Amino acid sequence: MGTTTQLREVSATTVLCTIDDLIENAGVCALFDGPNGEEQIALYYLPAQSPSVFALNNWDPLGKANVLSRGILGSVNSTLVVASPLYKQHFSLISGECLEDSTVKVKTYDVDVIDNKIVLLEQKETVASLSQDSPDSAA
Amino acid sequence: MIVNPMNKTKVVVVGNGMVGHHYVEQLRNSNAGCDIVVIGGEPRPAYDRVHLSEYFNGKTAEDLALTTREHYEATDIEAHFGDEVVAIDRDQKQVVAQSGRRFDYDKLVLATGSYPFVPPIPGNEHKRCLVYRTIDDLGAIKANAAGSKVGVVIGGGLLGLECANALLNLGLEVHVIEFAPGLMGVQLDPGGSGMLRRKIEELGVSVHTSTATQKIEALPDSDPHHLRMVFADSDLPLDTDLIVFSAGIRPYDQLAKDSDLRVGDRGGVMIDHHCTSSDPDIYAIGECASLGNFIYGLVAPGYRMAEAAASQLSDNKVSFTGADMSTKLKLLGVDVGAIGDSVGRAKGVQEYVYSNAKQGIYKRIVVSADYTRLLGAVLVGDCADYDMLLQYYLNEIELPEMPESLIVPSSDGAPLLGAGALPMTATVCSCLNVSKGDICAAIDNGCCSVADVKSDTQASTGCGGCAALLKSIVDDEMLSRGMTVNTDICEHFPYTRQDLFNLIKVGEIRSFDALIEQHGRGLGCDICKPAVASILASLWNEHVLQPEHAPLQDTNDRYMANIQKNGTYSVVPRIAGGEITPDKLIVLGEIGKQYNLYTKITGGQRIDLFGARLEELPEIWGILSEAGFETGHAYGKALRTVKSCVGTSWCRYGQQDSTTMAIFIENRYKGLRSPHKIKSAVSGCTRECAEAQSKDFGVIATETGWNLYLGGNGGMKPRHADLFATDLDDETLIKYIDRYLMFYVRTADRLQRTSVWLDNLEGGLEYLKEVVIEDRLGLCAELEQQMEHIVGTYQCEWKAAIDDPDKKKRFKQFVNSDKQDSAVVLVEERQQLRPATDEELDDNMIAKVS
Repeated sequence: MGTTTQLREVSATTVLCTIDDLIENAGVCALFDGPNGEEQIALYYLPAQSPSVFALNNWDPLGKANVLSRGILGSVNSTLVVASPLYKQHFSLISGECLEDSTVKVKTYDVDVIDNKIVLLEQKETVASLSQDSPDSAA
Repeated sequence: MIVNPMNKTKVVVVGNGMVGHHYVEQLRNSNAGCDIVVIGGEPRPAYDRVHLSEYFNGKTAEDLALTTREHYEATDIEAHFGDEVVAIDRDQKQVVAQSGRRFDYDKLVLATGSYPFVPPIPGNEHKRCLVYRTIDDLGAIKANAAGSKVGVVIGGGLLGLECANALLNLGLEVHVIEFAPGLMGVQLDPGGSGMLRRKIEELGVSVHTSTATQKIEALPDSDPHHLRMVFADSDLPLDTDLIVFSAGIRPYDQLAKDSDLRVGDRGGVMIDHHCTSSDPDIYAIGECASLGNFIYGLVAPGYRMAEAAASQLSDNKVSFTGADMSTKLKLLGVDVGAIGDSVGRAKGVQEYVYSNAKQGIYKRIVVSADYTRLLGAVLVGDCADYDMLLQYYLNEIELPEMPESLIVPSSDGAPLLGAGALPMTATVCSCLNVSKGDICAAIDNGCCSVADVKSDTQASTGCGGCAALLKSIVDDEMLSRGMTVNTDICEHFPYTRQDLFNLIKVGEIRSFDALIEQHGRGLGCDICKPAVASILASLWNEHVLQPEHAPLQDTNDRYMANIQKNGTYSVVPRIAGGEITPDKLIVLGEIGKQYNLYTKITGGQRIDLFGARLEELPEIWGILSEAGFETGHAYGKALRTVKSCVGTSWCRYGQQDSTTMAIFIENRYKGLRSPHKIKSAVSGCTRECAEAQSKDFGVIATETGWNLYLGGNGGMKPRHADLFATDLDDETLIKYIDRYLMFYVRTADRLQRTSVWLDNLEGGLEYLKEVVIEDRLGLCAELEQQMEHIVGTYQCEWKAAIDDPDKKKRFKQFVNSDKQDSAVVLVEERQQLRPATDEELDDNMIAKVS
């Protein structure tokens, strides 16, 4: 803990769920049993966007609960965001940055839709301070 | 000012009416460190005499109270009530009370007020001859009105007509006897007086002017009436059951006379501009005082005297140099206004008159000989121009070239006196003495709405007559500062919530996507989506979890439960009126046990079950639904609870069946989505155990029906509900609530409670009455129809959700696993579970990691 997780390849065939499990214009949560232990991944489906599926870690670092998949989606000054259902801060779906507090960032994931399956492509570099906050990676 | 506590000035205030009380407040809030002793002749602390007739309209003595014994005690004020002061010993500097008690003073303040003048008519001592001045007088009138048919008021002035209204409210046939040729002769010219008379007669009040009562005779018990009045110029006597004298007031100045203080030619303690009497240690204020041989019989000048007198003991002395006697009021529902020299007594003045017999409107302005300044005005039947005319008068603003344009209706609307034209010194609120300068200062200090300015300056919190002017000044000032408040709901829609409501309604728009495509831009956000979802639900009442609506909902609505700090939810089934059977209680207990839920009683008389995981919600609701429970909408901006007491079914004091009414109301409005949550309560009597006056709409039983209170709120900024209508039957009560709620749903801002909405509503409570009771906007049928639609299409959202596999499957923590969220950690406290604190979690982590 406290060090930057190294960028590493994971199997490009980690299937999280199918497209039918997603909800249009809203989020769901998938459990990913990865190299750091279990991680909760919030999956957002915006059919009108390209790409149409976005993934953030489900942990709300400000509200301190696994709830980001339950936030309302939208745009703030053309940035795609999810609003925390607890205290309403906005997190960029692309970068994971918190719009209200630039020191706070949630982990993002590269996902793709392949044959109607939602596939986790690779684990990206994560910010050290965030992995500290996440009980998934701590456990 | 440094005060030696051992040597504080002792101030004794004689009289605890509105003005006496205002003095005490002023002195207490000033920097003068004084010991204050209040001695009141009436048995109760100060109350609102201006709104006395509302005592017959459902208000209680408590409602009218301006203060309480407890409040005085808490602010270190020694107060004695029901013990009249009978003498002043100026040599010893003491006052003597009826009880024999003596009180030392350094400074004495006489605020003894006035008493009703009873003309010396033979027979006026009969026990059914009454006066109209105090709450006790009102009690006597009420007692004598019981079983009576006819009531007479002697005196056709302002107070006499107020009193006539009171008698009308008591269900009597009312006669007004006036010695002078016209009603309200002091304030109105013959034209205005005639119009007022016509309108009052239309209400069924008989007016007899130029009529002198010669004597009053008691009738024998065999007669249907109690009293006979005989008049000077008429052979026809008038039989009645009670007589109320309201023929003017006289200052209570006996104390001053007895102690050789100077009194005015027409009575009243003679005072100077500092309100000091001929004894420098004795002040007099209000209706017992005479300045330049004039007695100010209105409350606002009395308050100014109180402020001037109190300031003499502080560092910041102010003078009382007389006051404007302009007045605006509703007499028997008729708007009447009089400004300045309303009758045009001065020499060489000019006048303009507008009279409209069909609409019952009369307006007259008196202007200077050169047509440039307004000297006075009379308004009957329509006071819309009052505020503007008053500002012309008070600030001596130059009149437009054609002064008649100020009162003659024109298709372009009258030339408005812009708020910007008023000088900073212009008094906007005369009740609370707030100037335009005060309002501007409040805006400079960060206020940016009418409601903010109101709470900061107290403007418009008295009679409320200046509300429209206040709003135009606030708007104008904000505009001139470039503070154009953007009322757009968010960046996605250039509209207010009210605009969106109308667009959706008129365009029959059924989804967010359709709305944003036609009227918005971008994707929407967490501001506009829930607001639009709420409007769609208010109008079309489709299930909130329909695929096109579900993504719009805040998490609470989306999972139909209340999210808690650890991401779990609480469940609140509906318990209408707070009534629940033992069997149902047991079901709740069993669910709590089975799912390990923390259980707590809510303030709205129901039971909250905390700590349910997302995936447990459908199971829990399966059991609840089976047992007959419905959703309580605790998660929604919707009707929450209707609290009740046990009313006539159990309570010794109950006047109506409040429990049945509460259950009926709750079941009628359950499921109504609104701009913010709505709470209600029904109390079975005036003891108000259900706390209805702190609710968005509250109902309190009376002997004959229900009183309806609107716009109350607990929470962060408590507001007492306003009394809206009295003694309603069941049907009318529901009709008014239907209209009120729908009007609120249509016109309120996003997340605006009824209390703030009402405070911001232009025209305030009176306007709301016009809309809801008199149907001024012609909207009532539509509002009722809309409510019928909501009531008719009600479904329990939870029952519908668990019956629909597509909706039900959304209640899962993970789409790809049945595991639970491992971050939810609970600890035990007082035999129940609660979320672990951050510290406990840290410890837990360490344990886990090591």
